Amino acid sequence: MERTFLARNPSVLVFLGALALFTLTVTILSEGLGIGFLSTSFIKTLGKTLCLCLAALALDLVWGYCGILSLGHFAFFGLGGYMIGMWLMYARTEEIVVSSLANVPLPPTSEEIRDAIGTQIFGVVGGAELPMIWSFADSLTIQLVLVVLVPGILAFLFGWLAFRSRVSGVYLSILTQAMTLALSLYLFQNDSGLRGNNGLSGLQNLPGAENVSQATLSILFLWGSALALGSFYIASAWFMSGKFGSAIRAIRDDENRLRYLGYWVESYKLLVFVVSAIITAIAGALYYPQAGIINPAEIAPIASIYLVVWVAIGGRGRLYGAVIGAAFVSLISSWFTGGQAPDIPLGFYTIKWVDWWLVLLGFGFVLVTLYAPKGLGGLVDQLVRRKSA
Amino acid sequence: MKKLALATALLVTTGITSASAEIKVGVLHSLSGTMAISETTLKDTMLMLIEEQNKKGGLLDQELVPVVVDPASDWPLFAEKARELLTVQDVDVIFGAWTSVSRKSVLPVIEELNGLMFYPVQYEGEESSKNVFYTGAAPNQQAIPATDYFLEELGVEKFALLGTDYVYPRTTNKILEQYLKDKGIAAEDIFVNYTPFGHSDWSKIVADVVALGADGKKVGVISTINGDANIGFYKELAAAGVSANDIPVVAFSVGEEELSGLDTSNLVGHLAAWNYFQSADTEANAEFVKTWKARMGDERVTNDPMEAHYIGFNMWVNAVEKAGTTDVDAVRNAMYGQELPNLTGGTSIMLPNHHLAKPVLIGEIQEDGQFDIISQTEEVSGDAWTDFLPESAVLKSDWQELGCGMYNIETASCIQLTSNY
Amino acid sequence: MLRFLATFILVLCALGPAQAQDQNLQYILQDHHKAVERASRKTIDPLLKALADGKLPAVPGFLDAWRNKNVWMSKEDGQFYFLADPKADPVEIIDIETGEALGTHARKGMKQLKPNSGVRTILASALVEFQLKDPDLQTRTEAVLAIERGADAAHLPLLQAAAETEPNSDLKLRMSRLVRLLTIRFSKDTDARIATIKSFASDTSVDVRSALNPLLETRTNAAPTLPDTINLARRLVPGQQFSTDEAYDLLVKQGLAQPRQDLAARDAILIENIVDGRVGDAPVSTLSTEEARDRAYQKLVQLGQAPALVTRADVRASLDEHVFYEEYLEPDPGITTAALATLDSISNRVDLYATIDLGLDGLSLASIYFLAAIGLAITFGVMGVINMAHGEFIMIGAYTGYVVQQVIPDYTTSIIVALPLAFILAFAAGVALERSVIRHLRHRPLETLLATFGVSIALQQLAKNIFGTQARPLTAPAWLDGSWIINDIISISMIRIAIFALALAFLGLLIFILTKTRFGLEVRAVTQNPRMASSMGINPERINMLTFGLGSGIAGIAGVAIGLFAKVTSELGSAYIVQSFMTVVVGGVGNIWGTLAGAGMIGSLQKFIEWLNPSNTLAAQTYMIIFIIIFIQFRPKGIIALKGRAAGD
Repeated sequence: MERTFLARNPSVLVFLGALALFTLTVTILSEGLGIGFLSTSFIKTLGKTLCLCLAALALDLVWGYCGILSLGHFAFFGLGGYMIGMWLMYARTEEIVVSSLANVPLPPTSEEIRDAIGTQIFGVVGGAELPMIWSFADSLTIQLVLVVLVPGILAFLFGWLAFRSRVSGVYLSILTQAMTLALSLYLFQNDSGLRGNNGLSGLQNLPGAENVSQATLSILFLWGSALALGSFYIASAWFMSGKFGSAIRAIRDDENRLRYLGYWVESYKLLVFVVSAIITAIAGALYYPQAGIINPAEIAPIASIYLVVWVAIGGRGRLYGAVIGAAFVSLISSWFTGGQAPDIPLGFYTIKWVDWWLVLLGFGFVLVTLYAPKGLGGLVDQLVRRKSA
Repeated sequence: MKKLALATALLVTTGITSASAEIKVGVLHSLSGTMAISETTLKDTMLMLIEEQNKKGGLLDQELVPVVVDPASDWPLFAEKARELLTVQDVDVIFGAWTSVSRKSVLPVIEELNGLMFYPVQYEGEESSKNVFYTGAAPNQQAIPATDYFLEELGVEKFALLGTDYVYPRTTNKILEQYLKDKGIAAEDIFVNYTPFGHSDWSKIVADVVALGADGKKVGVISTINGDANIGFYKELAAAGVSANDIPVVAFSVGEEELSGLDTSNLVGHLAAWNYFQSADTEANAEFVKTWKARMGDERVTNDPMEAHYIGFNMWVNAVEKAGTTDVDAVRNAMYGQELPNLTGGTSIMLPNHHLAKPVLIGEIQEDGQFDIISQTEEVSGDAWTDFLPESAVLKSDWQELGCGMYNIETASCIQLTSNY
Repeated sequence: MLRFLATFILVLCALGPAQAQDQNLQYILQDHHKAVERASRKTIDPLLKALADGKLPAVPGFLDAWRNKNVWMSKEDGQFYFLADPKADPVEIIDIETGEALGTHARKGMKQLKPNSGVRTILASALVEFQLKDPDLQTRTEAVLAIERGADAAHLPLLQAAAETEPNSDLKLRMSRLVRLLTIRFSKDTDARIATIKSFASDTSVDVRSALNPLLETRTNAAPTLPDTINLARRLVPGQQFSTDEAYDLLVKQGLAQPRQDLAARDAILIENIVDGRVGDAPVSTLSTEEARDRAYQKLVQLGQAPALVTRADVRASLDEHVFYEEYLEPDPGITTAALATLDSISNRVDLYATIDLGLDGLSLASIYFLAAIGLAITFGVMGVINMAHGEFIMIGAYTGYVVQQVIPDYTTSIIVALPLAFILAFAAGVALERSVIRHLRHRPLETLLATFGVSIALQQLAKNIFGTQARPLTAPAWLDGSWIINDIISISMIRIAIFALALAFLGLLIFILTKTRFGLEVRAVTQNPRMASSMGINPERINMLTFGLGSGIAGIAGVAIGLFAKVTSELGSAYIVQSFMTVVVGGVGNIWGTLAGAGMIGSLQKFIEWLNPSNTLAAQTYMIIFIIIFIQFRPKGIIALKGRAAGD
């Protein structure tokens, strides 16, 4: 089965090979383990880009394959980040608190330690006590489970309500956007228990790994992200190439026809939506320890829309399209907005890319939608076909 | 994709090779996104200060070169850009950040890499980093004196604390609530409200504040409303006919820059508390304002964070000259006790807790969008940990003698060497 | 300070023009130099007393000038002067006592005295006597205002006398009302006070309530038995009106009970008693739980090394031994009873008015949402085109308003020019977008969404590049300043009324266009069945273009209105886009009335949630959106759903 699957999908092998080669090259060039040609901040950017690629892949599953345009996928991405962030903050703070309480005359009680952790974490935002939702923050295992569970349940509830009432198309898109807006507004509140606008910070410092340099950590996370991307890529490709995948694509093309054929369309859609949310959440959980900070602005509707833009430019309905789009656009964006792109002096006016990049991206995106609806992935397809023809 | 990554890598890493006889100054202010409105001004200020310094012959006979990056109001990007500035661009010092969350994002990076940053904005305190000098006001240099002014000079007995829902207003209001209770104001005489960033629908909140006057006590508003939400707030205040004589409003985040976005004729008499106003009547300030207007245009105004950068930059220049090197630890030690004349008269001193001693000014809004300074205190020493919250009152920051930013006086132990982020 | 003010006012009254001038004003001021230069409420008392004792005729004039920031100080010798024209350089200085010109002085050497508003209030209050007699109506009105802001017992007779002779009937009315209010506060005549209190029974003004409420201030007390000399407000039973803990704390505060041991005090005693790493008989290392610490403490109590704990039974017993009560600070029960009755009758009205005011706020928010969404109601609602750049059309309108105001300085004219211009520009932008992008993506709604989103980010960044990131001022003309004030509780700003009117006008206009005109008929025909419409000789391309332009143009006008009441930034549009879409969806697509219903529901709901939780506006927005999401699940077609074939799908 495995062989036939790969044989039928040569692109999977090509992709995995490219990913492996990329990871290896970056490792060799890195500061942490290699010759130091690439700076740690750039390695982190690459690692984060891989996570974004994974999120784009997940979005492609619901949008490209199932026709559900979600404008709220960063809600899941962010929730994944928050869940892992809670443990990272708690454990790091616990180490600080325990060592600072080592010299007090009476050995600290567990309540005192918890109170001190609460003050340390929430003192920054004008609070003092650990809210209920931090009950499990001391356990990595439980928080890892929550990374999957919390976004999964949110996606399940939302999807169940929406698909059951046959909300579809543009309406669904606007609803998903409202969902992520509501979540980000909720988290913006200081009273939400997740430090409001400040969010969770210092996530790049792994508890128990104080002696490992950020240079090395960045490589480890790059590997982790690449591994996750690779695994989910195979899994997605395998699912989508089978009977299940055909049903999903059929829903995209004509939902009603499939319903008349006796398929329980809602449950298919719900399953894909939830799985996609979970993959996105895992991507988020890998992303934020590399970014170092998560806060509600990350979940704002615009972020999810950018994700959609990446997939659209990359070419939806093709897994590699989503990945290429996310990698290409997010990297080139950070290059242009980072001030590294050379300015173009016109004599009477100097074009600064920091100012004009978004204009270019916006109009470029319109052009892609108009003239290359299959995106960059579509171009790759054409090239391959021309060669083989 | 790999090719692209390598190409990008090449472009990113080219900065490494260009080490030479120049001192690099990183400028980490958002030039796009929601905070660009405030931070772009500070970037321009830094460019102006650096240019002025180069005209004087640079520093240690080397030219100062600004390295401007744009973190785009994206908080994780602040951490990324800070790392890039310190490792790829090899800057000797960073001037940057505005919001608390952006500072908290930079902190772990700058502490890991032992960088040096000057933070120019008033903030909520409760923090002390070895690698950051806070040239803006701590709560006791802005909020507490303004509240004292309300209590003592205006006889306010009932307080409305209005703020945008984020860390600075939350912490400041928490400190103020405790402070007011200590001063004998009952809990039911303190009304607190939080609104989202960019809030525009203020009619109900203004009506709520007016209704507070029903029990015969004089009402005052302490506003920590941030950014352009202020425009709607003041417009509604003016429309409701709330006079500064009846319900005075003192703001901690409204300066000349914010007022330039609205017509102030209906707001005359409302207050702001800062360490600097453009209207300060000194020669140094006249010179500073003149240089700024000549560079940026006549309609541009100066404000408090700009003075903070002015002080921070010049102190850093003096400290580097004193240390004879730009090495972070040497400069840090040379910073303590640095003195510099303020633009408002008097002298700023850098304290061992990385805060400044600065005077506190209270100004009344004028028709022309400027402030009339009606109260100016002696220099007040910035306090990293507030004395008005029990859990912070026992903490002390002293990097010069104790080498610790979070030192518990009661147990005589250092809680942590890094800052809390 | 106010204690003294009364005598000061009386002394000033007694001033005659022919007072012997054994003292000089400048001399007195120099004596209190610091109190003048850095005037403060805390330090002004001795100065005012000295001025009053000096009985100099120039004092009122000086105080008035000082209050208006017209007194200057020479930086060299610290003398105080008036200036003929502060803007001149060198300035001509004038003696504060005689009004003589004393020659010129460099502008730089003079410092303006700026008393803060607290001091200015006191000065105004001290000057009341002179101003009440002033022939100028404006000055007398200011004096009344000064009393309203800082009344004093001494003002009552002055005001009473002034009210009788006041020629202006409006001001006279205001004065006599103020006399009644001051009677409540300061009169010695209890019957008059009670009668006046009762006379306010139907007045909901804030000043009445602020005169009555202080009469009802209470103090909570505990005593072994209820004293009969007090004006009792109510008895308190621990556990009912307040918690037993609070009751016990009150007893402790009054020295009627032993303080309880809190955890910190317990731990402190434990630490004090550490001997050789042991407390009592427990090793210190075992004291890492609350229970272990409690046990160790009990052991110390047994050994007599620590005070015994106050148990629950002890607390209960002390509470039982005492009565708790609230007493009025006002000793006369007649007055408190009357005040209570009057406030009761007022508070019903206050509640009613507050509800009405909340309703008005909701209505106003609804009209803003409606205005922002009405353009979408056409492009999205009627045509079914998702235009994510709709918010940017609003932004175009707002910036048009700003630019026009730069060119035409007169606010009224500029608004009149800006409104049609904003329509034209946004209309043109809309038509351009329709022709170049949307036309090619017909029947691919999701792709329209994406493409218009691209346009949205590009336009937003363009606006930033052109206008900068700073918020730009868009000022309403003077006739839109201020509020429509019905009473102290119900009021609404004029600009909101204007927005409401504008929203209504658009509603009417659109309904008219869509139902009564040829164009409207064609729009509906094209929307329902383009092919059929085109076979009837309608050019669907043209209709689509014009409809889209109309929707965009209206967004432009909405932009001017929104800019007037909030602010003009490049992010103005994106702040409204999600809400606008939800307004249309909640109301029901394809129907202008639906949009109205949607805006009405969202606006009033948001205000209602804000009322439930007044300290957190952000929460209100969050819960409103969650409500909308759930609402749409149960009514996917919105409040007003089209039925039958028109519903399309």
